[in-house]
Amino acid sequence: MNEISALDLARIQFAFTVSFHIIFPAITIGLSSFIAVLEGLWLKTRQPVYYTLCRFWSKVFAVCFAMGVVSGVVMSYQFGTNWSAFSNFAGSITGPLLAYEVLTAFFLEAGFLGIMLFGWNKVGPRAHFAATTAVALGTLISMFWILSSNSWMQTPAGFRIEDGRVIPLDWLAIVFNPSFPYRFLHMALAVFAASMLLVAATAAWHLLKNRANRPMRISLSMALACLLVVAPMQALVGDAHGLNTLKYQPAKLAAIEGLWETHQGGTPLNLFGIPDMQAETTRYALQIPHLGSLVLTHSWDGEIPGLKSFPREDRPNALITFWSFRVMVGLGGLMILLALAGAWLYRRGKLYDSRAFLRFAVAMGPAGFVALLAGWVTTEVGRQPWVVYGLLRTAHAVSPVTRQQVGISLFVFVVVYSLVFGTGIYYLLKLLRQGPQPETPQLMDTRHAAQAGRHPLQGADLSIESEQGDSHA
Amino acid sequence: MLDLALVWAAIIALGVLVYVVLDGFDLGIGILFPFFPEDEDRQVMMNSVAPVWDGNETWMVLGGAGLFAAFPVVYAAVLSALYLPLVLMLVGLILRGVAFEIRPKSRRTRPVWDLAFMLGSALATFFQGVALGAFIQGIPVLNREFAGGAFDWLSPFSLFTGMGLLATYAVLGCGWLIIKTEGELQRRMFRLMPPLTLVLLAVIGLVSLWTPLSQPAIAARWFGPALAWLWPVPLAVLACGWGILHAVKIGAEIRPYVLTLALIALGYLGFLISIWPNLIPPGISLWAAAAPESSLKFTLVGAVVILPVILAYTAWGYWVFRGKVRVHDEGYH
Ligand code: HDD
Ligand code: HEM
Ligand code: HEM
Repeated sequence: MNEISALDLARIQFAFTVSFHIIFPAITIGLSSFIAVLEGLWLKTRQPVYYTLCRFWSKVFAVCFAMGVVSGVVMSYQFGTNWSAFSNFAGSITGPLLAYEVLTAFFLEAGFLGIMLFGWNKVGPRAHFAATTAVALGTLISMFWILSSNSWMQTPAGFRIEDGRVIPLDWLAIVFNPSFPYRFLHMALAVFAASMLLVAATAAWHLLKNRANRPMRISLSMALACLLVVAPMQALVGDAHGLNTLKYQPAKLAAIEGLWETHQGGTPLNLFGIPDMQAETTRYALQIPHLGSLVLTHSWDGEIPGLKSFPREDRPNALITFWSFRVMVGLGGLMILLALAGAWLYRRGKLYDSRAFLRFAVAMGPAGFVALLAGWVTTEVGRQPWVVYGLLRTAHAVSPVTRQQVGISLFVFVVVYSLVFGTGIYYLLKLLRQGPQPETPQLMDTRHAAQAGRHPLQGADLSIESEQGDSHA
Repeated sequence: MLDLALVWAAIIALGVLVYVVLDGFDLGIGILFPFFPEDEDRQVMMNSVAPVWDGNETWMVLGGAGLFAAFPVVYAAVLSALYLPLVLMLVGLILRGVAFEIRPKSRRTRPVWDLAFMLGSALATFFQGVALGAFIQGIPVLNREFAGGAFDWLSPFSLFTGMGLLATYAVLGCGWLIIKTEGELQRRMFRLMPPLTLVLLAVIGLVSLWTPLSQPAIAARWFGPALAWLWPVPLAVLACGWGILHAVKIGAEIRPYVLTLALIALGYLGFLISIWPNLIPPGISLWAAAAPESSLKFTLVGAVVILPVILAYTAWGYWVFRGKVRVHDEGYH
């Protein structure tokens, strides 16, 4: 039978390492902005509960950040180790974009991270707030550049090809390539949704045990408020993103929709079904006439090219993209539902009492990450067989390395990632389960903390005192 | 016309030096861990770099991204050639990066995280050194791609440079800790410094002999007509070595570290002289490897504007965390 090649292994390795990596940035990007807001509220109102929250979420942030950094460093070398032909071909564009990411984002994050985490007693409150803001800004800038790079690979623009490599001509056109605005917005909303769902689930979990936990009440309502904005916007941006994909990557869109024929006078939408690449059909399709045209072209009988209009070797795998897309959109729908239900309960003053709702929020904790990964799978598998769309096939992008080398490194990464990030994530969950802790034991134990929730001022005073003297785990 | 390729080579060379200066001491601390079994000492050692290690490591990322941007061929060929050592280096960095976060918070599993920190630091350092040695020995390139075998990097010389880098970073770590600690811990650092320095001098001496002996091109450079200009280099090395020993004797706190930096700068200078003007020894010069001009220009604008700002806030960060580190300082929680 077919032996697994260096190319296959390199693809598995990339998918594995980047999927691990992206989980952590998704948390740190959202959480750092959240912390900056909390710290701003603390500076403005001087209510110690905000300080407690800042410190708690900063701890969570710190663990995720460390894991994000080390898994990210692996990514930045992988283009050279595994994809050297790609680097040779397109390095003149993706290289500068990555360099700008390092210069404008990574240094900013790393430079102010120390002060954000350890500088509470070393610099004034304003300088500290500035440091937190700088870190948050750095994570967003980082997302800007890496998505620009990825979007350029999806919808290349602003270049010329000479001697088998890309020569950049117009950097503005490169950075702001046709799919970039959509991808950037969609990803930004995705990371905020994912991190706020994590916050909401943590808070809901604590409130199920103790409904008076004031810091967790604040966390829950803030996270849900954010989600109420983000989740519906995500659906709108996603819709616009789909139109953009139809224009620039029609084969991907056909795969997402499991669409084989090009229909005249109105395309149906496959709600569910099982696309079969061999038989060139979507089995058990549950179709709604005209809906495809309506959703994807915003017109009654807009035409969408089916997969059969592309040569076989240019078709992405429809089975995977079809389903990963539906997972993403389905979870997006549940997020909107969660946010709306939360808003409704809040208006009736029952947000912290409805156990059913709190359980729903806990269950939705991982939903953001699943949707985010499903979205990336849709995008990346749908772009195959190209790495740089229409220009360089994935099969031609790989390094001249042996199967053994890639196999060994893949094995090492799987083992090390599972062990190290596995314990890291275990530790993270423990931290979340612990919740914000007033940290001087003689002043407070957990039961006092609960009371503190009922007497906010008193508890708050205690907790800020205890926070200042704390020194170790 | 400005020679953009040369400017970029200089920026990357400088970035690598900054990386060694900064991340060297912080990896060195992990390498020194086995000599300091007490928990409190270890916590102090770790806390002394907790706020800065991430920034230090970013210089390495800059080196990689800078190569990718300005010399994609080098990035592609060298990284595929050094595939396994780099993967193992990354594994080391993962282990120690996560240990930074979790060790202080663990109780039962603390010995495991200690081990992860030591092993991670040592692994990362050793394989950086191996990669360096393999690089000096040359990387065959054909049609802009690596044209050698999977284990070309493995040689007695590269294993030796790996060990050599372990010694180098250990000295840097020791010098750093002399500055950042006090009392008994500092006294022990002072005691450790002289033997480490002697090892480092021996390493520098051996590498300086071994390289020209095994690489005729490098021998020609050093022992050719340029010899007249180069003889002060070994003298300066010896002077620095003596200076460190003397500083330790009189208990100077900052001088051992600074002189170690000078030693390393000298070694680095020797390395640059040896490979100049190649970016992939033995045959690919920095001009042949350069990216298209528009890439070099675009990225240079950013580097020129932003690097000074980065240096400024990095310096501010070090300033904020200046002074001695104590166990109960705010460390990782
Ligand atoms: C949407 C955002 C996003 C995406 C798609 C990626 N990253 Fe990332 N990355 C970040 C967002 C981020 C971040 C928010 O800036 C990080 C996460 C860890 C951290 O918390 O900073 C980070 C860290 C990080 C680091 C360490 C930076 C440091 O030393 O401080 C590197 C080298 C990379 N990433 C490289 C990559 C590469 C090569 C990617 C693509 C293949 C990639 N990242 C995808
Ligand atoms: C952050 C979230 C991301 C995820 C989860 C993700 C996931 C994936 C997956 C699953 C593949 C494999 C597709 C296949 O082979 O069928 C892939 C391929 C690829 N992606 Fe991404 N990706 C992400 C971001 C990026 C970014 C930001 C870049 C570039 C800057 C990128 C560059 C690539 C490249 C070069 C490939 C081709 C190699 C391959 O086919 O495996 N990816 N990605
Ligand atoms: C609710 C309706 C949604 C729609 C209509 C939608 C639409 C899309 C489309 C069409 C793509 C593919 C773009 C392409 O590569 O051509 C995509 C990708 C993606 N989606 Fe969604 N999406 C929705 C919800 C979500 C949610 C809730 C999340 C995560 C929380 C999410 C995360 C992503 C990510 C990370 C990608 C890949 C990156 C990108 O291409 O921007 N999406 N989405």
